[in-house]
Amino acid sequence: MTDTPTKVVVNCADGSSQYIPLSAEEIAQRDADRLAWEAQEADRLAAEAEKEELTKSANAKLAALGLTADEIAALTN
Amino acid sequence: MADSSAMTLIETKTLGTAAASIEFTSIPQTFTDLVVLVSGRSTRSDVRDEIQTQFNGDTASNYTLRTLRGSGSAVISQSVSFTALVRADMPAATSTANTFSNISYYIPNYTSAVAKSLSIESVMENNATESFLYLVAGLWNNTAAITSIFMKPEVANFAIGSVFSLYGITKGTDGTTVVS
Repeated sequence: MTDTPTKVVVNCADGSSQYIPLSAEEIAQRDADRLAWEAQEADRLAAEAEKEELTKSANAKLAALGLTADEIAALTN
Repeated sequence: MADSSAMTLIETKTLGTAAASIEFTSIPQTFTDLVVLVSGRSTRSDVRDEIQTQFNGDTASNYTLRTLRGSGSAVISQSVSFTALVRADMPAATSTANTFSNISYYIPNYTSAVAKSLSIESVMENNATESFLYLVAGLWNNTAAITSIFMKPEVANFAIGSVFSLYGITKGTDGTTVVS
């Protein structure tokens, strides 16, 4: 059995703070937020990987045309 | 007068128990800017975890960021739009033991009736090549004055010993001389 996660609420009006167990709805929302962020990050990483592959492919084609590594870097950086 | 110093501690909290989130509520509306300093660590079984921050309970996709990240081996920039401010890294369970992040949020003109721009700087500690720092230019696209700040780790809990401090900045004063 795992402990119920708690939230800390600090009231700036009176300086009090409380540890409050998360409700079932708050736990569900927390899990949903995490999954949403992981999905967004996965999309971003996939886009970065695709761009990296395109860069490699483009560099290979430039090299096949006879450009040196320095010339390719001058064009692409 | 309570607001006479340039940087006034509003509240600080050191966690004696791991917590899923922390929220500062009823933030006074008497300062010019806000600063939040976090010395944080996560219980996640990983090298890192990141803090997600929301204002006034706003869980809509009203937060956008432009970030610059160093990972120990590369530097990249990213644009992010999400339901919270992200990209504030802290060490987690597999990073160097007993290390904590240095994170600062600077939120100017938090009572203004326009969208809130802000900056975040975060450095997580790890005695290894892989460690992360972020510089973030952020925006909360909401015109309400900020009255509460909610922070949670992306995955796990804030670890025991994490410290969260909220400061108010009063512009035009150095603590003794007020410029009007």
